Parts: sequence; C-alpha cells; structure tokens
Amino acid sequence: MFAYYFDLALRSLRQNVVLTALMIIAIGVGIGASMTMLTIFRAASGDPIPQKSAQLFNVQIDSYGPQPGVPLAPDFLPYRLDYIDALALMRAHRAPRQVAMYPISVDIAPPDSQRDPVQANGHATYGDFFPMFDVPFEYGGSWGSAEDQSHAPVVVLTRRLNDQLFGGADSVGRTVTIEGDAYRVMGVMQTWRPTPPFYDLGSGGGRYTADDEFFLPFARAIDQHWRTAGGFGCPSRAGIIRGWDGMLTSPCVWIALWVELPTAGSAAQYRAFLHNYADSQRQSGRFNWPARVALRDVSQWLDYNHVVPPALTTLTGVSFAVLIVCLLNAAGLMLAKFMARIGSVALRRALGATRPAIYAQCLMEAAMIGVAGAIVGIGLSETGLITCRRVLPDDFAILTHLRTGDILIALLLAVFSALAAGLYPIWRTSRVAYGAALTGQ
Amino acid sequence: MLRMNHLSKIYRTEVVETYALRDFNIHVREGEFVAVTGPSGSGKTTFLTIAGLLEEFSGGEYWLDGVDTRGLNDNQRSRLRNQKIGFVFQSFNLIPDLNVFDNIDVPLRYRGMKGAERKRLINGVLERVGLTSRARHYPAEMSGGQQQRVAIARALVGSPRLLLADEPTGNLDTQMARGVMELLEELHRGGATIVMVTHDPDLAARAQRQVHIIDGTILDLSATAHGETVPAAAQGAQGAPARL
Repeated sequence: MFAYYFDLALRSLRQNVVLTALMIIAIGVGIGASMTMLTIFRAASGDPIPQKSAQLFNVQIDSYGPQPGVPLAPDFLPYRLDYIDALALMRAHRAPRQVAMYPISVDIAPPDSQRDPVQANGHATYGDFFPMFDVPFEYGGSWGSAEDQSHAPVVVLTRRLNDQLFGGADSVGRTVTIEGDAYRVMGVMQTWRPTPPFYDLGSGGGRYTADDEFFLPFARAIDQHWRTAGGFGCPSRAGIIRGWDGMLTSPCVWIALWVELPTAGSAAQYRAFLHNYADSQRQSGRFNWPARVALRDVSQWLDYNHVVPPALTTLTGVSFAVLIVCLLNAAGLMLAKFMARIGSVALRRALGATRPAIYAQCLMEAAMIGVAGAIVGIGLSETGLITCRRVLPDDFAILTHLRTGDILIALLLAVFSALAAGLYPIWRTSRVAYGAALTGQ
Repeated sequence: MLRMNHLSKIYRTEVVETYALRDFNIHVREGEFVAVTGPSGSGKTTFLTIAGLLEEFSGGEYWLDGVDTRGLNDNQRSRLRNQKIGFVFQSFNLIPDLNVFDNIDVPLRYRGMKGAERKRLINGVLERVGLTSRARHYPAEMSGGQQQRVAIARALVGSPRLLLADEPTGNLDTQMARGVMELLEELHRGGATIVMVTHDPDLAARAQRQVHIIDGTILDLSATAHGETVPAAAQGAQGAPARL
C-alpha cells in the first residue's frame, strides 16, 4: 500500500499546484530560518572536546583583588594567571596532567634557506598538552617531561605548517630555524581545529578558531624572552613593568592553565588545593584580600567567556518562533486542502478504507510536503549562511557550513513539522459525516 | 440479507432531539430488488447510510448477511462494508484524477488483493458494463451515463452481497437513465440484491418491491408490477455474491 499511497499523494499534490507550493514554501521558510540560526548557534556553542569536556578544567585565581573605580562583575576573576601563580601550580603538580600555555608569534625559517622565513602563531606549553586535549598526530608525537625540564629546543608542527615547510613529508627529526635557533621536529599534528578553541580563547587568531601552527616548550619560550602574542592584563597595583624579569614578577596575567581531573573526587580535591594555595598567598602577604578561585570545566569556561553571545541565543529562539508561525500557516493551508477533499475521503471510506488507511494516505502526503519543504529549507538555509559568511568575521564565518548531519536534521525536522502540521487537518478529515458528503445532504 | 428491527436514529443537539428513523423495520431478502421511496426529509438517506454502515444507529438491530452490526468498531465496519456492500450514488462520486481502471480499483486496493487478481476482476467487470475500451479514460472525458456505468462497475467489482443505489439515475437524461436502469435490472435478474432509493415513481415501479418511508418509519407497499417472488437464480445461490 506504500506505493499506492505515494502515488495518490503525488496526484493530490499535482492537483492544486499553487496550494502545494504555498505549503512547501511555508515549511521551507521556517526550516531555512531555523536551520540557518541553528548552524550559527551550534558553530558558536558546540562542545569542542565532547569526550573529555567534563574532565578538563581551567584554573582561575583572584590575583587582582579589589579594583577601586573599575566596574567589574561581582563574579569577575582574571581570565589568565600571572607567571608566579602559573609556575607555582605547575610545580605543585597536583593533577594527573596540567599545562600552562601562552600564545607566541615567531619567525620560522624553512629548511631550504633560499626561501624567506614565515611568521607563524603558536603556543608555548607543556608536553602534556597533546595527550590532555587528545591531539591527533600525523607523524611522531609530543615531547616529554624531559624536554620540558631541559628547556629543549623542540617543536610540534601543524599539518598546514609542515606542508608549507616540508611539502607534507614526514619531518620528524628534522630541524627548523625559529628566531635564529634550530628546533628539532618531534611531531606533526593531523588537522585539529577544536571549535571554539577553548584552551586559550581570544588568543591570537580570534574567538572561534585556533590558528596555531606550532607548539614548543613553555620553559624554552620563557628562556627566549618571547612575549605573549595574546591577552595581557594588569591590576591597578601593577605599576610600571620594567624589563622581562619585571614582567615575570608582576601581577599581570597572560598565562592560561588547564588541569585534567578524571573524577569528581579529584576535581573537589584540586579545588580545595587551589583555595588553600590562594589563601597561602594571602597569609604570605602577596594577596591582601580573601582567597577567590574558580575551577571551570570546558562548558562552564565557554559560558563564562560568553562564547555564545546572548543576542545569538535570542535570535535562534526567534528563528524557531518563525518556524512555528510557518507551521501554523502550513497547517491552515493543509486544513483547507484536506477539507476540500472530504468527498473523496468519504468515498474511500464508503468503498472500504479504514480510518488508519485514510490517516496513512494523508500522512504520506504531509510527509512528501515535508520532504519538499526540507529541500527548499536547506536551499534557503545555505543561501542564508552564504550571506552570513559575507558579513561575519572570517574566523567565525568559516564555521557556518551546513554539514551532512544538519541536512538530515533539516529533513527530519521538516517531515516531523509537516506531519505535526497535518495532524489536526487529517484528524478532521477522517471524522466527517460521510453519508452527508456522499449523498450531498 | 438485510434486516433492521426496531431501528432508530436520533440526531441530538444541546436543545433538541430529532428522530430521523423511528421503530424502523425492514427485511430485504437475498436476490430482491427493493425500491425505497419517500418525500424529502423522510429518512431515505439516513436509512441508506445506516444500511451502508456509513453511520451508526441509535437503537434497535441491524443484521447484514447474518452479521449483527451492533458493537462493531470502525475498522470492522469498514471491512464489512468493503466485502459485502457496493454503492452507486446519484452524483457518481468518481475520483476525477483517477482513470476508469483506477477508480474501479479503489475497493480492491483496500481489500489487499494482488495486482494480477485485481486486474482480472477489473477487466471482467468493465466487459460486463461495456466499457472495456474506456479503461484509460478519465471521468471528465465520459458522458454521465458512462460515468454511472463506471460507478456500477466499481460497486460490483468486489462481488458484494448487497448493492445500495442512491438515486442512480437522478443526474441522467431520460435515455441514459433508461440504460442504467436496464443494467440494474439485468444485475437483478442475475441474482443481485439491490436496494435503490429514488424519488421517481416510474423507476420505483420497475423494482420487485417498493417500501415507502414517511417521517422515519416504513410503509411496505409490497406488491409491485414485478411481483414479490425472489428470482429463481437467487434462490439457488443463497450466500453467493451478486452477479450478472
């Protein structure tokens, strides 16, 4: 009977092309608006590391203290750590894995000295960075704690930089020249673009996409006096900072610190440790305010950083309201269409169609309208996203693409919506007074 | 074949109850051709829709081919309707976007028959009503008389036990009406059980038996020009489907 219902639905849709087109457009516009906003919303709010997001925690310490005259939110804590706190927490080594990091920008010379050096952005960090964030490798791997401790001149390249420097060949063991010194390549990463780049939001390449092209040991970068290429904030008590050593001993914040805590128990223990550490700084006279710390997992960290602008959440909600309005319109049109067919439905009932058979026939028609609506909606959504990509910042625009999963969601949403819109009309159609419809009385 | 005992049908609103049928008794035997007449609003159509299991009744009994229809659910009524009843309507009620073949196919589809079997039955019934050459034509391409023949073919294709006809010649000119009526008479001679609602006294007179409905109750006029004897063919084929 499926083929029969399909054929009947096709005939019915062809019978009144204008009405059919209006229904498809109504559903298509709703799907297009909601899918466009959903894609943008998800690009901005997706979990960048779903398998571990609840085990990775960003560390914050109130190293600013009260800031008279500066309007700060009551729950404000500096987004990064100063060098003293970062180093102390790294040395304490109270989590199975912990990494400090800061963004740097350096000149890297290709092995072929004929070519000009390229300027590249990257991060100075620890070897635990790679296993901690599940970074996949094309060749080789990360450096180890020995290289961290010995401040070794080693580097991990992204695939893109490796393509640029070595033409995509396995470069593990070869050397590149960074700011005049030779660095041994330990590994080449596969393409890895956590979205958003939660591990150091706002560093270098923007809020939504990481443009890191290399990673090298934190201690090595400190030795080289490479300043941060990212955010650098100071409390009012910082005063004038003199020289590199002045920066390392200043209360200015520029280092992100993450810890991996696999269980709720270990997270609670680390939180207590962190509080004790801050309190010890107060007791030692470094802080003269009550200890305030925060340990936020990935999703909490993204929320705290307002990665999803509130306006975007509102707009996404509005787009779904548009979908509902469109569906109500489609339901009205479907009601008109189905009620105009009362005679035909009554006849089929008289000839032996059961009520479920009538439901099936009408639902098939509604589903076909939904599929057509999905196709229109996906087209409109793609058009909307193309427009968005033209007006949005590049780092964000690159994320706003429909994926296969989105198309499937649009299809299911449209079919489900069309079926939902058709339920009342179908119910009404199946409950008419057949005798009156057939005999004209 | 069709027996209604003390049947009633009441339409209720918040303020008033209206009896469409009241203490309604009728017995149509196997192979009979009964004409049901009566003025407008007398309850003819209500009788026909209840007889066709398109509406439920309020009280009494209705037995169709030995089946007590009280308490049947909607699906059971649909299946019984599909298997035992054929309808012929005044306005033909053909589906305009289906051709003749597909229109006749509708009741067989709901019976779940295989394609080859459906095709055999449809071709057979088209031959009986003389429309084999019109199988691929659409209703709009045919005269009223031809459309009513298609409707009769559709009513007959599933070999129903009872043919219910509602003013089958009401929308036809005299010549076409004669042709349709002759077809019904031919079916009756073949043993079909037919109940025909009509306003036309001349047509009613051609039936084997006339019953008259007034204010929802029945007046059996019995003796007609054709007598009230059940045709021999039908007597010898108790329980067999209506056929030419």
